[in-house]
Amino acid sequence: MATRLKFENSCEVGVFSKLTNAYCLVAIGGSESFCSAFESELADVIPVIKTSIAGTRIIGRLCAGNKNGLLVPHTTTDQELQHLRNSLPDQVVVRRIEEKLSALGNCIACNDHVALTHTDLDRETEEIIADVLGVEVFRQTIAGNILVGSYCAFSNRGGLVHPHTSIEDLNELSTLLQVPLVAGTINRGSEVIAAGMTVNDWTAFCGSDTTATELSVIENVFKLREAQPSAIVDEMRKSLIDSSV
Amino acid sequence: MAANMFVVPQTRGTVLCCKCGIPMAPNPANMCVTCLRLEVDITEGLRKHVIIMYCPECESYLQPPRTWIKAQLESKELLTFCVKRLENDLKKVRLVNAEFIWTEPHSKRIKVKLKVQKEVLNGAILEQSYVVEYVQQDHMCESCTRFQANPDQWVAAVQLRQRVAHRRTFFYLEQLILKHDAAVHAIKIKQMDQGIDFFFGNRSHAVKFVEFLGKVAPTKSRHDKQLVSHDPKNNNYNYKYTFSVEISPICREDLICLPPKVAASLGNLGPLVICTKVTNNIALLDPFTLRQCFLDTDQYWRHSFKSLLGSRQLVEYDVFDVEVVSPEYNVGGSKYVLADIEVARITDYGKLFYIRTHLGHILKPGDRALGYDLYGANSNDMELDKYKGLVLPEAILIKKSYEEKRQKKRGKPRSWKLKSLDMEVDDTKGRAYEEKMNSEYEGFLRDLEENPELRFNLSLYRNRDYQPSEMASVSEGDDMPSVPLEELLADLELSEQEDGEDSMRE
Repeated sequence: MATRLKFENSCEVGVFSKLTNAYCLVAIGGSESFCSAFESELADVIPVIKTSIAGTRIIGRLCAGNKNGLLVPHTTTDQELQHLRNSLPDQVVVRRIEEKLSALGNCIACNDHVALTHTDLDRETEEIIADVLGVEVFRQTIAGNILVGSYCAFSNRGGLVHPHTSIEDLNELSTLLQVPLVAGTINRGSEVIAAGMTVNDWTAFCGSDTTATELSVIENVFKLREAQPSAIVDEMRKSLIDSSV
Repeated sequence: MAANMFVVPQTRGTVLCCKCGIPMAPNPANMCVTCLRLEVDITEGLRKHVIIMYCPECESYLQPPRTWIKAQLESKELLTFCVKRLENDLKKVRLVNAEFIWTEPHSKRIKVKLKVQKEVLNGAILEQSYVVEYVQQDHMCESCTRFQANPDQWVAAVQLRQRVAHRRTFFYLEQLILKHDAAVHAIKIKQMDQGIDFFFGNRSHAVKFVEFLGKVAPTKSRHDKQLVSHDPKNNNYNYKYTFSVEISPICREDLICLPPKVAASLGNLGPLVICTKVTNNIALLDPFTLRQCFLDTDQYWRHSFKSLLGSRQLVEYDVFDVEVVSPEYNVGGSKYVLADIEVARITDYGKLFYIRTHLGHILKPGDRALGYDLYGANSNDMELDKYKGLVLPEAILIKKSYEEKRQKKRGKPRSWKLKSLDMEVDDTKGRAYEEKMNSEYEGFLRDLEENPELRFNLSLYRNRDYQPSEMASVSEGDDMPSVPLEELLADLELSEQEDGEDSMRE
């Protein structure tokens, strides 16, 4: 089930939040509606944590993580790091890494098993990623773009990539990641997929400009419909009707 | 390392249009064309309805502020005009195609379909057609208004005069004007005593005509203007311009006595000279020394001498004996031979004259010649008096006479004819005047027959009424000069019977 929402009148939901199978990070916004949308979905399943990284709100693009760990850039302050360590469940390892490319969210796209990284990432960082997140790391480009973390979003069930990705690239990535992939858009034709949405294995959050077509594509590829059969009627209604703010 | 890298062929996949969900190739907007068209209208803000002014009299359209462009419906000029009217709008978009949509001619509507391209949303270029409707409003243009108000209204007039008693020059000029189309812009042409008046609607046309005249004849001109109306608010002044052009009175075949100064400046050219050719230079030939000189227009008007005897005073002589004195000289393209010759006037065989002439190459005993009778003439020319001790020859022969042969041909039409200008002729002068005109015209036509170089600048047309078979039966031993058939242009006659047969051939 995919939800449409806005952060302070911006549809780029993936910039201000980070969703994994074990936790959810949200930015500290002016109004509480953003956080409460996440909480209403996830509160009894996984912790929803309000935080900032390096004093900014663009936390989704600065950090990268999955159920095993979380990587934050070197610009993160000690207080923020401590807050994260306190709030996250114990099995999640939080690690601050020294890396020239500090927008880790733009450089790394990962699920619980595989990660795609920016081609110019340090060797050290690659090792840390493999270690902390427990994933296999592949350096890739998507439709000729090196910021793989921005132009694709994938979970353990499926993935959505930049619309200009060729069929051969799609096949190759799909083999690497071992999940079905589809090329599509988000937020009414925007190509920056990961900035417009955030997804885990059973739920997704998209910007409110997302059209019904795009939403149906997302639900199909990430297999969100079968996620929680108990409340299936409610979910279907939510995905079909616009959420009015 | 291998020089050629293995490049994987890339095929573009299809994504779903974000609005309607149909599969399409990805484009910068990621919407299918239909959705994009619905979303964005690139013709927003462009004018779809324009008013244009049309003058029904001369079928032209107004391009502000003042130009009127003549164009037919659905023509290239009209399309250019219509697109130009929309110039401001079309700066924002790129015009790809324009074409007319048919409308009823009486509806006073012109429809043009324009195809434009514009960049929208993240670099996608959208192409769209739209229709612009032009409403034609009737509005008479200024020239038609002026013409309607007073059809005889002229703005510039050229008064062409030559102070001689004959009209040969004007016949020749008429043909030259026709050949060069110099008087196409003339509103009216009127024949006056000793000249012709040309009326134009525009000062520049008159100036052009005066310049043309200056090139073909030795002229002197002056101009004046007269105020017709004055608009004090605009400071617009409307004038009537008049150009007075005078042609020099020296004509071909005139006998001239040069003033001493002129003779000296031309290298002591014998004071008696014959004028052989008049264009914008005057060619003078001394018949006794066979020297030819040219006088420029300016040079002539500085001295402005008159001729001693003109072609009307030519007298016919009978040639009895010719004795060639000099070899053949080629003077300015024509051949002359000096000869001593024995002649007598036809009217008075009693008096024989022994004179020198330059026509030794064409005169033989028994011929007739035309010349000036200085023996019998009483000339009170001031220039002549200035020469003390000048011995005048008794006669000067000018040309050979074909009068006898012409008698045989009298009444038979020529194989060629000339066109004439549309002139207003003064009819009040009476029959005598008319007859004089006709005989002068006949003389002019004869002149044309005899002189190929005169014909050179003119266009002669084939006479349809002429029957060549008759001519063959009456052919004489002596060939009379006539116009060879090759020089004639077939007249372009537009009639229903003859269509493509008579094409223009030289």
